[in-house]
Amino acid sequence: MQKLIEIRWHGRGGQGVVTASRILAEAMLKEGKYFQAFPEYGPERMGAPVKAFNRVNDKPIRIHCGVTHPDLVIVIDPTLLGTIDVLEGMKEGGTLVANYDGSPKELRELLGFNTGKVFTLNASLISREVLGRVMANTPMLGGVCRAFDQISLKSASEALRAQFGEKLRPEIIEKNLTCLKRAYEEAQQG
Amino acid sequence: MGTVLGLNGNSAVAHAMRQVNPHVVAAYPITPQTDCVERFAEFVADGRVDTEFVTVESEHSAMSACVGAAAGGGRVMTATSANGLALMWEIVYIAASMRLPIVMMVANRALSGNINIHCDHSDTMGARDSGWIQLFSENAQEAYDNIIMAIKIAEDMSVRLPVMVTQDGFIISHALERMELLDDEEVQKFIGPYKERYPMLDLKNPVTYGPLDLFDYYFEHKWSQIDAVEHCLPIIQKGSDEFGELSGRNYELLESYKLDDAEFGVIALGSTCGTAKEAVDRMREAGKKVGLLKVRCFRPFPTEHIIKALSPLKGVAVLDRSSTFGGFGGPVFNEVRSALYDAPERPLVIDFLYGLGGRDIFMEDIEVAFQRIEGVVTKGRIDTHVDFLGLRE
Repeated sequence: MQKLIEIRWHGRGGQGVVTASRILAEAMLKEGKYFQAFPEYGPERMGAPVKAFNRVNDKPIRIHCGVTHPDLVIVIDPTLLGTIDVLEGMKEGGTLVANYDGSPKELRELLGFNTGKVFTLNASLISREVLGRVMANTPMLGGVCRAFDQISLKSASEALRAQFGEKLRPEIIEKNLTCLKRAYEEAQQG
Repeated sequence: MGTVLGLNGNSAVAHAMRQVNPHVVAAYPITPQTDCVERFAEFVADGRVDTEFVTVESEHSAMSACVGAAAGGGRVMTATSANGLALMWEIVYIAASMRLPIVMMVANRALSGNINIHCDHSDTMGARDSGWIQLFSENAQEAYDNIIMAIKIAEDMSVRLPVMVTQDGFIISHALERMELLDDEEVQKFIGPYKERYPMLDLKNPVTYGPLDLFDYYFEHKWSQIDAVEHCLPIIQKGSDEFGELSGRNYELLESYKLDDAEFGVIALGSTCGTAKEAVDRMREAGKKVGLLKVRCFRPFPTEHIIKALSPLKGVAVLDRSSTFGGFGGPVFNEVRSALYDAPERPLVIDFLYGLGGRDIFMEDIEVAFQRIEGVVTKGRIDTHVDFLGLRE
């Protein structure tokens, strides 16, 4: 049995941070797990740093306080790296997944992070090439699937379809699924 | 069988309202209740309910429309938060006085000022003396379940009282969780068709609601209302038991968590109880004999149950998420200590105000409460009856 895993998302208002955490929750449902997804509600401003959170476990989750010591940190916006402390409170041996155009080694140097695991992927580039605009949240979900073995790419794809099914045109959904898959494949670990 | 899915507390309650399919919903949006009403409005627009949805210009009108529709003979629901509940105020009392079985979800939020949209219990605690039944919910599942039970309880012929079902604003209302919805037909079968009582629209049997009622009979009418509220605890439990048979989820007026052999207890309401259960488990692992008493039904206050649950303990720390400003501790502390006064054996009881305006409460905070009450018991004396948890100095 797996223990409780806590996840923190970093991004900026308007980048789909909350949506990404909801799709991840939906993927957790498809994996038969118990989960939570909740954003940090402050002043809502486009472009301001925002956070969202997930919890996942094989048994019911009872705690309802904020996540202060995440096992997994996901950074959707590369301009936050080195700007805010994305590693704050991270558990020992924790994992960082970041939208970053360099290698995990370079990111480790930038952040002074020598433990745990680091995954990097250029989610901005992937979304620009596939969707025609920068929307890094869905590629980042692909990165999460690579870094976090409890969520399969299949579950994440189904969750993405379920989330966007009524809102987006079929061809846009397919492009988002391509982003997800490419990100999964292109993510580098180090 | 039901459907397992991920919903936040607001959506869970919107689905409960859809499955209840009330005759009338009158509501005005206010954070953090808003997306519950939005979701329900979508169900109306999509033709998934038969409800007459009344979009009003204020909460005062929302509750007024609810009172009119319920007195007219309809099954009626609404939802609000904080300042919205405050604006309803006079009609909230009237709904209870007229014995109208309206069910209202309240997403708990601080009653300003300053402006704060986050959770505390100052809104519904203010309404504790309005004559409504109050059920608090620990998570989205409970909020959903409580709404369905509330319909059954409110409409029981010996109750006929409005019910407020609360959930902690944002913490539950906006947190997506795994939960289970019952089938639509199961819910309809459980609540049954609405039974009218003295409907105003029964033109062959005209009745008067809300007439002038002065010193000659007002007191007797209030007595009958007091009597009705005091006698509805067994019906609340009966409705909960029947719901347990249907859903497999069993609810009590109070939930005892690891209290049987405990020396020290914490009392709380709402989402904090989930966090407290984890704190209890962690302290139990460290050999501490601790437990939690969760108050699900705050009105009517289950005095006898409280005495039975707490009498054997050495010490109790009450967690109050609202202040009475100059009262002797928070509202839960008031009730609990008063209930224990005549008990032959009673624990030492202290109070902690916490979580105002959404200030987070962590397991470590709850452990502090336990440590403090243990210290009080060791000393055999209470120096500070009312203190604060999570307050910056």
